[in-house]
Amino acid sequence: MTTTQQGTLRPPVGEQDHMLGPVDAPITLVEYGDLQCPHCRRAHGVLPRVMRRLGDRMRFVFRHFPLTESHPNALHAAEAAESVASQGGEKAFWKMHDLLYDHQPEWEDAPDDARILELAREAGGDPDVVATDLDTDRYEERVKENFMSGVRSGVNGTPTFFINGRRFDGDWTSVDSFVAALEAAEK
Amino acid sequence: MADPSTILPAGTPAPDFTLHVTPDQTLSLSDFRGRPVILAFYPNDFSPVCGDQLGLYNEILAEFHKHHAELVGVSVDSSWCHGAFSSIRKLHFPLLADFEPKGAVARQYGVYREHEGTAARALFVIDGDGIIRWSYLSPVGVNPGADGILEALEAMDSHAGAKA
Repeated sequence: MTTTQQGTLRPPVGEQDHMLGPVDAPITLVEYGDLQCPHCRRAHGVLPRVMRRLGDRMRFVFRHFPLTESHPNALHAAEAAESVASQGGEKAFWKMHDLLYDHQPEWEDAPDDARILELAREAGGDPDVVATDLDTDRYEERVKENFMSGVRSGVNGTPTFFINGRRFDGDWTSVDSFVAALEAAEK
Repeated sequence: MADPSTILPAGTPAPDFTLHVTPDQTLSLSDFRGRPVILAFYPNDFSPVCGDQLGLYNEILAEFHKHHAELVGVSVDSSWCHGAFSSIRKLHFPLLADFEPKGAVARQYGVYREHEGTAARALFVIDGDGIIRWSYLSPVGVNPGADGILEALEAMDSHAGAKA
């Protein structure tokens, strides 16, 4: 049988990650998410309430896991978020992340990147730079690295969550049960 | 049935089978001899989620192919149903119909769930000589990821490298 237990986060959270919350928080929640995935959008509605409940006891990390066969615009959304991050820093990344989920229905079926570029501007990025970055696949490798780390960690759909490095297969749709699972990992 | 004690373990010769892949075509396990095969048993076509197990595997076929491995899905659905499911989900690997007699192959591999009348979510990595090198039964309701499959394929690669 395998030597590593299935569903173990690899690599662990590090400086390369997009992170909200204190670096030394006792609870680390990692999401592998697809910006075009409706279930991830739903999770995006649950997470702020979870984070409010746990405050400084948790940090949240987002890694890209675009399912490009079913979500054709997911890769460009992820790359655009990376481009915005490189221009405006982490704050801009999270703004872009939030905007993309909040406005998902406006760009998910779009034939081009126009709406994604508008959101990038709103998040503080230069849309022309983002457009060039998308044309040249500048951040494709970074997104794919995220994706492959998810595969190696046992991501089994989107969203997949890891709590302190272990895959969480329980219910994340209810704030109460999600908070309970996170608190259980704190001890 | 389909508890961890019944699933065929590593080291067991994989029982050969011939199943319909389309209404007028069949596929046998022995057709793959010389190449690793990943057998992914799953309960049914058309589960109401996106980014599920088969969708995920579909996204990472290239990773399996790096190890020269072929992926095959198996459920008790008919080949007509598989055809519809496969085209809607744009799956780029074959789905086999363990349909008549129902679940016979899943039973042979020890992963049939009598009560539900479907295969469990179970994975087998079979080497080019037809020997099971890794098997895994997923807990009910949990989609297995691909981490175990890739680890098994890598272990086989390094073993083959050591032999050469």
